[in-house]
Amino acid sequence: MLEVRGLSAGYGPTQIIRGLDLDVAPGKIVAVLGANGVGKTTLNKTLSGLLPIQAGDIRFEGQPLGGDAADILERGLVHVPEGRKIFPNMTVRENLELGSYRRAKVRRAANLEKMFVQFPRLRERSTQRAGTLSGGEQQMLAIGRGLMAEPRLLILDEPSLGLSPLLVEEMFALIRRLNAEGQAILLVEQNVVQSLEVADTAYIIENGSCSLSGPASELAGNPAVLSAYLGLEIGDA
Amino acid sequence: MYSPAIIAEAMVNGLLTGAVYALVALGLTLVYGVLHIINFAHGALLTCAMFAVWGLSEGLGVNVYFTIVPLAVVMFGVGYALQYWLIGPASRGEDSNTLLVTLGLSIAIENALLAVFHSDTRTLSGDAAFDVVELGPMLLSRPRLIGFGVSLLVALVLWLLLTRTDAGKAMRAVAKEPMGARLAGIDVRHIFALTFGIGCACLAVAAGLLLPTFYVTPRVGNAFVLVAFTIVVLGGMGSVPGALIGGLLIGMVESLGGLLFGESLGQGGIFVIFILVLLLRPQGLFGARA
Repeated sequence: MLEVRGLSAGYGPTQIIRGLDLDVAPGKIVAVLGANGVGKTTLNKTLSGLLPIQAGDIRFEGQPLGGDAADILERGLVHVPEGRKIFPNMTVRENLELGSYRRAKVRRAANLEKMFVQFPRLRERSTQRAGTLSGGEQQMLAIGRGLMAEPRLLILDEPSLGLSPLLVEEMFALIRRLNAEGQAILLVEQNVVQSLEVADTAYIIENGSCSLSGPASELAGNPAVLSAYLGLEIGDA
Repeated sequence: MYSPAIIAEAMVNGLLTGAVYALVALGLTLVYGVLHIINFAHGALLTCAMFAVWGLSEGLGVNVYFTIVPLAVVMFGVGYALQYWLIGPASRGEDSNTLLVTLGLSIAIENALLAVFHSDTRTLSGDAAFDVVELGPMLLSRPRLIGFGVSLLVALVLWLLLTRTDAGKAMRAVAKEPMGARLAGIDVRHIFALTFGIGCACLAVAAGLLLPTFYVTPRVGNAFVLVAFTIVVLGGMGSVPGALIGGLLIGMVESLGGLLFGESLGQGGIFVIFILVLLLRPQGLFGARA
């Protein structure tokens, strides 16, 4: 459903993504992995229209993807950004409502109820200001706000960042659950081990382009991945 | 010492004037809160609105209160267009540029008005300004009572807009988290222009409420904006309830100050408060810490 071909992008004249290819099939979880600063967030920002495409081509459900962030969201590509970017001055409910500002507005009430079933903590705190939530709750809220737009493809940027190990487990369980309901997910993470466990396919990004890709289960056993990201030296000694 | 009745009357009169101050401050604080810019053209735009009210009323004989709604619509459009096509693009994302653009705009507007109307002081003819309403022992000016009621009504409408409508919620979202707002599909440029337009519409209403008891000159707006700026700082930069409470408070201080120290020193109290707020509670009454 998402096809990225030869994509280059960055800030101003600076190129951060260089000739990247990537595919997401309907109903799948695709993991984009890599260390800090390799261009993962730049990729997301380009996909969601916050940054311009410098070269290459992005197609979403067969049509070229372009325009501003609002147009892209309207087509169902929804980006839950790194650092959550929730509205701290507004209540949990208002945050969720604004998730459907441009898309799925007519089903706002029903989707709000769905979110409260999915995230009971958010119901408990629905009248509380979002800025007063814990980090884990804020992440749930950010994802909930994204889901309110009924995404065709959900981009999750570093959803486990800054969460305690227990909450990280919960986050990955949530990703599985959403996917089991048919949600296609592009998961951008530094947490390689757990991402490879939930993903169908994975891309390893280095220096703005893809250094390795393939089925997640294969990559999980790949010595190059293990040594680069886990510090394991296989076959030595 | 003054009799309690006189002091009470001064306080009530201050509240009535303060409500209109609050209206001017509401526009200023809304624009600051959402766009994070201080609109230096606020005073000049108020002057424009006051001249428009004067023109409609004196030239065409329209009842001054009937000018408010159409003028608010026009001023909304003017504000929207100014932000969307002039201030926004000219600032190129730099707040310091916005400052210069709005300041330049105010100088241009003021001088254009000076060229057309000269620096003469103009008032509405007729004696509506002297209409009074008897309220117990107090004599209150009818135009000011109307000004008070309409200002509170506008504040209420604004509050409902910000808390009950998607556009208002989007304004609050953009105020604190523009990137999150863009990712939620909110067109930030449109919301900025909308906010600026609403700020200008507040000025149109304020102009219609002020003119029956006040005069207009090409520089008249500045006096109000100075007071409005104090109110915004007192209430908390960007806070709508802060602007309302701050406005009422400042109106009362000015009125009591005028009573105790003489009319010309009345505004002194305002600036004493301004300095005290900056020293003791720089975030204002309702402001969050930066």
